[in-house]
Amino acid sequence: MVGLAIVSFWVMVAILAPFLTPFGPFDQDYKLQNAPPSAAHPLGTDHLGRDIWARLIYGARLVLVMLPINESLWLPGGIALWGVFLGLVTGSVLGLLGGYLGGWIDEVVMRLLDAMMAFPVILLYMIIIAAIGPSALNIVMAIAIVGTPGIARLVRSLTLDIRTHDYIRAAETRGESIWYIMFHEILPNARGPLIVDAMLRVGYAIFAMGTLGFLGLGLPPPSPDWGSMVAKGRQYIMAGSPWAALWPSVAIASLVVGLNLFADGLREELARYR
Amino acid sequence: MQMRFHPLPPILKVENLSISYATRYGEVEAVRQVSFEVSRAMTLGLVGESGCGKTTVAFGILDFLGPNGRIVDGSIKFQGRELVGRSEKELRILRGDQITMVYQDPMQALNPSLTIGEQLAEVLMVHRNVSHTEAWRRSIEMLGQVYMPDAPNVMKRYPHQLSGGQQQRVVIAMALLNNPALLIMDEPTTALDVTVEAAVLDLIEDLKRDFDTGIIYITHNLGVVARVCDQVAVMYAGELIERAPVKELFAHPLHPYTQGLMRCVPRLGITKEESRLYPIRGRVPAPKDRPWGACIFAPRCDYATEQCRNERPMLREIAPGHSARCFYAGEIDPSAWQPSEELDLPVAELRAAAGHEAVLEIENLKTYYEQPSRSVFSLFGLGKKQYVKAVDGVSLRVPRGITVGVVGESGCGKSTLVKTIIGLESPTVGVLQFLGFDISVPVTRRDVKLIQELQMVFQNPDSTMNPAYTVGQQIARPLQRFKTVPPDHVYDEVIRLLRAVQLDPSYYDRFPSQLSGGEKQRVGIARAFASRPELVLCDEPVSALDVSVQAAVLNLLLDIQRRYGTTMLFIAHDLSVVRFFSDLVAVMYLGHIVEFGPAEAIYAPPYHPYTEALLSAVPIPDPSATQKRIRLEGNVPSALNPPTGCVFHTRCPRRSMLPDQGKVCEMETPQWRYNTDQHRILCHIPLEELRKMEPVVTSF
Repeated sequence: MVGLAIVSFWVMVAILAPFLTPFGPFDQDYKLQNAPPSAAHPLGTDHLGRDIWARLIYGARLVLVMLPINESLWLPGGIALWGVFLGLVTGSVLGLLGGYLGGWIDEVVMRLLDAMMAFPVILLYMIIIAAIGPSALNIVMAIAIVGTPGIARLVRSLTLDIRTHDYIRAAETRGESIWYIMFHEILPNARGPLIVDAMLRVGYAIFAMGTLGFLGLGLPPPSPDWGSMVAKGRQYIMAGSPWAALWPSVAIASLVVGLNLFADGLREELARYR
Repeated sequence: MQMRFHPLPPILKVENLSISYATRYGEVEAVRQVSFEVSRAMTLGLVGESGCGKTTVAFGILDFLGPNGRIVDGSIKFQGRELVGRSEKELRILRGDQITMVYQDPMQALNPSLTIGEQLAEVLMVHRNVSHTEAWRRSIEMLGQVYMPDAPNVMKRYPHQLSGGQQQRVVIAMALLNNPALLIMDEPTTALDVTVEAAVLDLIEDLKRDFDTGIIYITHNLGVVARVCDQVAVMYAGELIERAPVKELFAHPLHPYTQGLMRCVPRLGITKEESRLYPIRGRVPAPKDRPWGACIFAPRCDYATEQCRNERPMLREIAPGHSARCFYAGEIDPSAWQPSEELDLPVAELRAAAGHEAVLEIENLKTYYEQPSRSVFSLFGLGKKQYVKAVDGVSLRVPRGITVGVVGESGCGKSTLVKTIIGLESPTVGVLQFLGFDISVPVTRRDVKLIQELQMVFQNPDSTMNPAYTVGQQIARPLQRFKTVPPDHVYDEVIRLLRAVQLDPSYYDRFPSQLSGGEKQRVGIARAFASRPELVLCDEPVSALDVSVQAAVLNLLLDIQRRYGTTMLFIAHDLSVVRFFSDLVAVMYLGHIVEFGPAEAIYAPPYHPYTEALLSAVPIPDPSATQKRIRLEGNVPSALNPPTGCVFHTRCPRRSMLPDQGKVCEMETPQWRYNTDQHRILCHIPLEELRKMEPVVTSF
């Protein structure tokens, strides 16, 4: 419940961002640099005098509700959500193929994914972004690619269990195609654990976005990317204004913890429902 | 000594025991005011369908009820001492020492990572404080007492190296090591094959004699009860509704539920032409829906009156030692019972198998599985390939409109045969023709029209339906796929099919989790018949169901078959069910059909020696019947390396009938001997000799 509250807080804030602050994320006020929280700027301002609250909630938009393709076009659903969704699609297809068909297909798919899993996650992110360059779409790709092996493994193990059931035999004796069996007979039964896993993965993706931003591989400036906000604000912590680094860190932490709690709650709920 | 003239005091006296579980619906009573006694050297059978509280009673005695269960009321006196309210520590000393338990699945009762010896010796070392060598010696002795061959060696093995029957012997030996006063057996033979079951039941009978132990035997199988029990307590929906000595119970059942149960069970020898099975209508109420101030069986009872619905009957003694919880017990005459109209369906017509064209023709069919070899050579593809010969040369002709039953122990290849016919496995060699078309290709490469004509009913009701879709969607799928009816008629057709399997149209929108086992199996049948197939393969369709439900599902299958004239291949391990249901029967052993013929011919001499052994192993629900006692030794040999000559020669109890102790059985493959043109037997023993055998079961 706490998890759901935290997550819905961030989603609401992200959707309603333009109505929750008079400032834009790029509006600068040169007279007010690194200001502490005040009535006008509830969370203070950063080194360029931008309102941190505004940047934070516009940042949440990027994470959760809108994916910018170019200056004028954007898709609903944030970078983290799209990344996990694409990972879910490719991971499910590969996992279903390997788990249901078995044999050499399974062997090839799984060894390739194992090879990917052998890389440390952070390193993999950095390699991918360094190769294709930092942009919103590329971060989505990176999240999807990195998430695929884990999702494929999960789907495969679920498939291995589900395919032993008689209803799969029944479908086979009806002469159904492998695609029908994979997507209509097996996948719906893997739904529960997959949704829970996806929740956790959105959390990891947000974490990864923060990391990439911090390392300068996130969204290009001046985008209100939480990770790069922390990286920029870090320089001023010792100078007596920790606000610019603190708030985005709190945002990342709370959203990730919220998603984890929510996923746990969901898992328990599903277990009870069974 | 004066004591000797008093009857022995009971070891266990359970009085008014009520057990409840805390659930989401609040406190639910699972067992209600159950009373019984067990004395030394006596076996009490606790019978009833699933969900009737049998196991809960057993767990109540041991206080294994789990964190949400508790004993609400009543007393359990063990050797005169009260068990209810005792501390965990005191109970732990009793458990495994004075009171022991044998569970249903031996594989789960034994620890897979410890040797048999370590597990047995541990029991003695914990409770009797003896040295390791002493414990080891006594364990070997005990294994000998449960007729375990080669006991000292078995001690060093791990559970997975033993067969199911041997594992159960180990569990029983473990339970008897401390010479307990009370032994509780919870369905100890349900997971075993008939032949193995028979041997374990023999063992239990012998143990009763050798050990002075009181036994509570929990089972749902009336045949098993008739064989091993002295006293029977029948449970229904958490209440004990009848208690009697075993012969008395089978001769004069007093409670309408007990009478109903007896009518549900096909007795060995009964056929669908002579009679029908009469299921009990309705189903066992869930614990939360059980009425308090009424007879718990009233909603399903044919004799229920106003009194039954408003007042709860007490368990009262009708005849000496025979009590029942019914207001009218003793007044009801079960022989005057008439089935209600909905159940009163005509018996099946006798069909001559000859003269019908064949729907399915199988000739010399072989299905081999490649066994991955562990040798280094095979890594490079140099090793000799080994094959599991699951089906090894089966020939079978299935005439139109006829039911062919296939029986045999597990591992005899009956499931592989079905999988090969349906196309889930590919035959290695052989002819497989269905409606004149070759179907020796996997299902994915068959024509849709052929697939439509060949459907299957599965064994396990819990996995036969996809939990993600409603009943309606699942029955509709074959209709859409095979275009049996125009798209706008699909809904009506599904409703019609639901009615045909006696389910209300309101089931259309239900999910499988909301259905009982019997209902799921009905939906499975509706789905198989949706495409109006010519041939339906039934793979143990009733073996996972309770007896009353089993009767209903068998009736349903008969009914549908009569209406559509469908041909069926019916696989089961229960010989009474196969006898009842089939026109022709094939007996399989290790991938071969060893006897084939009309059902009545299979169940009377001349028998194949294997058929004879199977028949003598079936538990018969009639304690007064006599049955020949033929037990097979050893296990079914591995299909990787089947015996040469006659595959059955390693276990055949009749080899001695041939000269030279049946040397010929080891050397030569037997030829078919034709008793009549329909009935044939694969055996070296001449038919004249086989005809001289006595029938296995006499007097019923």
